[in-house]
Amino acid sequence: MRDVAVIGVAMIKFGRYPEKTVPELAAQAAILALKDAGIEMNQVELVASGNLYQSNAMVGQRILQIIGQTGVPVINVANACATGSTAFREAYMSVASGAYDVAMAIGSEQMGKMGLLGGGAGGGDPAYSTEGVLGSGLMPAVFGMAGVEHMRKYGTTLEQFARVSVKNHKHSMHNPYSQYQTEVGLEEVLNARMVGWPNTLYMCCPTGDGAAAAIVCSMEKARQFTTKPIRVAASVLTSDPWTQRDLTMPDINTLTRNAAKEAYEKAGIGPQDINLIELHDCFATAELLHYENLGICAEGEAGRMIDEGVTAIGGKVPVNASGGLLSKGHPLGATGVANVCEVVWHLRGEAGNRQVEGAKVGLAHVIGLGSACTIQVLEKV
Amino acid sequence: MADAPAAEKQQKAIVPFLKIPANPAEKPYLQGSRCKKCGATYLGSRMACSKCFSTDAMDDVKLSDRGELHVFSIVHQSVPGVPTPYVAAIVDLPEGVSVRCNISGVEPDPKNLKFGMPVQFVAEKIRTDREGNDVIAFSFKPV
Repeated sequence: MRDVAVIGVAMIKFGRYPEKTVPELAAQAAILALKDAGIEMNQVELVASGNLYQSNAMVGQRILQIIGQTGVPVINVANACATGSTAFREAYMSVASGAYDVAMAIGSEQMGKMGLLGGGAGGGDPAYSTEGVLGSGLMPAVFGMAGVEHMRKYGTTLEQFARVSVKNHKHSMHNPYSQYQTEVGLEEVLNARMVGWPNTLYMCCPTGDGAAAAIVCSMEKARQFTTKPIRVAASVLTSDPWTQRDLTMPDINTLTRNAAKEAYEKAGIGPQDINLIELHDCFATAELLHYENLGICAEGEAGRMIDEGVTAIGGKVPVNASGGLLSKGHPLGATGVANVCEVVWHLRGEAGNRQVEGAKVGLAHVIGLGSACTIQVLEKV
Repeated sequence: MADAPAAEKQQKAIVPFLKIPANPAEKPYLQGSRCKKCGATYLGSRMACSKCFSTDAMDDVKLSDRGELHVFSIVHQSVPGVPTPYVAAIVDLPEGVSVRCNISGVEPDPKNLKFGMPVQFVAEKIRTDREGNDVIAFSFKPV
């Protein structure tokens, strides 16, 4: 495998765009990424398009019908919440393998106000619906239970989980691409409407629309296009291995740990070398688990880490400087590509008022339930 | 006016791994399968073992009706038509199987629930389906 660089990134502000189609949202991000890379569509040799809710509708080709029908291979990717990050990895793999020199990953989603995910209504007779009868498949409860397991093991408190929401909302104040840019206090988070205990409203990411794009290129050619190539030091995808409860309670911990181990090995670094992280805070409870899963603190230390501000901007390892999924939003197919954008901006020193000073190595982590985990390690060259 | 002969109403399980014995003297139970090679145990029937990849036929296991509460959440906002709040939980059974279920018989408040507390399997009719059959579901209640 050869070295690959990110040479262009872009995203549109996440939010609600009912007047636009999915390919229109995606095309805006793609055109901005092409401009960022300083290339034109006819220089892109492969396109990987991530979109979940229209995964049967050739979103990638429909984007090219807007921005340039070059006839190149288009791969439409679906992988739950890891859809966009899997598309990024497809683009990366196509260049790393030597098969192509320049590839583009585009992530897009239009969720509107679709509400809670994971209820699994499905077809057939609703008398056989299991939601609320055989527990819950709703995401606030699923990730609530994952947090409660941490509470059981280590005594993590409601306040510690709520502080994740306070931190990420605070970070979002400086991100013009964030769906919400609203600061919230600890009491406000704790007293907000309960959705799935212990996750209150502000501890749940919103639904919404958005798009992001990233262009990757072989490192040897990258200098032709940019003075600031960002090296992809690792791009990893794992699925859920067998663990005793996984089929009943998705084991997002082992899933992420396997990916992190592989990513650190491939990048030849350890968690102590990471300067910033964009991780999958779909719910506030999830963020704390991933501090330990990604190895940025010891087992059981995540609660203390958030209390001490280590993961806030200005701390030792800022996490979710973008505002995270909690504030920036989580249009599923766009999320993983937007994470890459955010990390690239910091490594280039272009993240404005939320810039993590002196960042040299960043990590983007996404999980998709069912389950998939992606980790991209990006490095300033 | 003579009534048309009514179709036989049945008791139907909400999920395939809930077994309702034909003999009414026998109680409903959860069915599992155990890998002959590595011993991994699963809810319901399986084609192969996802732990050791064995494709040999598995042993059928009648799972215990007692377990312990691993973790829970309390769902306050759900999909339309589902009454809230309810306790969503993961219960561990002694056979090494975990079950996703509701905890019944308690007010849905975290103070009523303790990690590791013993819970008892309960099966009951919850709804009637379109064809008039009884839909049987299960939950676990604190002992």
